[in-house]
Amino acid sequence: MHNLSIKELSALLQSKKVSSVELTRYFLNRIETLDSEINSFVTVTPELALQMAEVADAKLAKGNAHPLTGIPMAHKDIFCTDGIKTSCGSKMLDNFVAPYDAHVVSQLKALDMPILGKTNMDEFAMGSSTESSYYGATKNPWNLQAVPGGSSGGSAAAVAAGLVPFASGTDTGGSIRQPASFCGISGIKPTYGAISRFGMISYASSFDQGGPMARSAEDNAWLLNAMVGFDERDSTSLTMDKVDYTSSLNDSIKGLRIGVPAEYFGEGLDPEVATVIKHAMAELEKQGAELVEVHLPNQHLAVSAYYVLAPAEASSNLSRFDGVRYGYRCEDPKDLNDLYTRSRAEGFGAEVKRRIMVGAYALSAGYYDAYYLKAQKVRRLVRDDFTKAFESCDVILGPVAPTPAFNLGEKTDDPVSMYLADLFTIPVNLAGLPAMSVPAGFVNQRPVGLHLVGPYFSEAKILNVAHQYQQVTDWHKQTPEWIEGGRQA
Amino acid sequence: MSLQVSEIKKIAQLAAIAVEPAEFELVGNKLSNILDVFAQLEKADTSGVEPMAHPLDQTQRLREDLVTESNQREKYQANAPSTEAGLYLVPQVIE
Repeated sequence: MHNLSIKELSALLQSKKVSSVELTRYFLNRIETLDSEINSFVTVTPELALQMAEVADAKLAKGNAHPLTGIPMAHKDIFCTDGIKTSCGSKMLDNFVAPYDAHVVSQLKALDMPILGKTNMDEFAMGSSTESSYYGATKNPWNLQAVPGGSSGGSAAAVAAGLVPFASGTDTGGSIRQPASFCGISGIKPTYGAISRFGMISYASSFDQGGPMARSAEDNAWLLNAMVGFDERDSTSLTMDKVDYTSSLNDSIKGLRIGVPAEYFGEGLDPEVATVIKHAMAELEKQGAELVEVHLPNQHLAVSAYYVLAPAEASSNLSRFDGVRYGYRCEDPKDLNDLYTRSRAEGFGAEVKRRIMVGAYALSAGYYDAYYLKAQKVRRLVRDDFTKAFESCDVILGPVAPTPAFNLGEKTDDPVSMYLADLFTIPVNLAGLPAMSVPAGFVNQRPVGLHLVGPYFSEAKILNVAHQYQQVTDWHKQTPEWIEGGRQA
Repeated sequence: MSLQVSEIKKIAQLAAIAVEPAEFELVGNKLSNILDVFAQLEKADTSGVEPMAHPLDQTQRLREDLVTESNQREKYQANAPSTEAGLYLVPQVIE
């Protein structure tokens, strides 16, 4: 059952061949049996899940339930969930039980999708490996020595291991797409502002964007339908025309112009990853798409700009965690300064502290112009590169990450090396564009993702290309062999 | 770029994060490596380029100055380590 798509599970539920309670019990049992190996969940909520499943079954019995009603799911632990611990992967929020639901949580609750629990993540979404979590690293189901990617590594690993059909994620510098790539699943980051950030614990507010993570492009389209929408409580939420992202999945891609940036295939890209991506390009060409060369000349500056801007925003956003307003409080503070500084030193992990300090430095007097303002200008250059490239193509294609999943511990002592894992995804966040990771093959039995990037509000087109690719490939259907029911080509 | 101890202390103060003297070298080395990444920016020609704060160049939406939330003090205070008579209690830190 865990190898079925959301569409297939929905059909079983709607035809009463299986109940939501049965389905929920099935996935809860898988979590109990398998997650001790993977550590993809921070919190499991069986009682809540089964209560929600009973409500879903009552609605399904009436015969007019939403297609997603009764499908079990999990939320990245960055989304506030009323009555459930919301830790953001941090000791700082280890005791935080959210008193309200994030907008995304409310939307999916309204469809009666049982919440199985909260998934592991890099602390405050800062990381590319889910190793910076206070709750320990998540392991990649394809190779337990490898990282699942980050920061939505718990969500990616849980979906890849068949512990849940769908999990929410967030993408600030690639945190949906890079773990989706490393774990062999599909994940889409929509246009900045398309999904409300209300109740999503902020890291870098002008970059953070929620999105779905599931097996296939089609599953993502179903979920995006349920997650996108204006929310007045988020001042950056966009007013967009309502789109049914499933309606154009089967459109022909004949004549579609796919831009291939020369800069994506230069130094730093694993040659075997390049080979996988070139095979994917050939598949799309066979379907009638036309490959055109495009250029993103400022792409190499994106990582530098991101690691000025995102930490600067983080230093501001995370100032609220001081032991008084929010979060962990140190014991026996000597004075007010000791209370603040020691609570933050003891409550935050090393990577979060580094980014707050870098951000504070970049914003400080004497460095603001040289770093922060300069990075904001480079951000525009990166965005303008994309705008120009989209004059000659409909979507851009490339690798999601320069390598397949690296080993646990391999980069933990070298933050800069870790930052380069998001080399190809970061420019998209600077520009706020929609982009997706699609499973495209393996290197050394570790999954490799194909990156599809589109102009603003082109989610339907990206999903269409991804779905057409998944009609002629089965990378998205493969699962790790060690897990019961695993299947590989 | 190599940060001096005085700079590390200043950064820690700005960030409101306590750094023990024994950690200065390790913290300094890692911050220095990250600041080296920033150096790339110097190479970019940004003359005449406007800074971009919002990816879609949008400005903050405004709303009517109206009360939109209901009073849920008891629910919110359930998370606090210590409360009394509707107030949040914090350790005495000012003598």
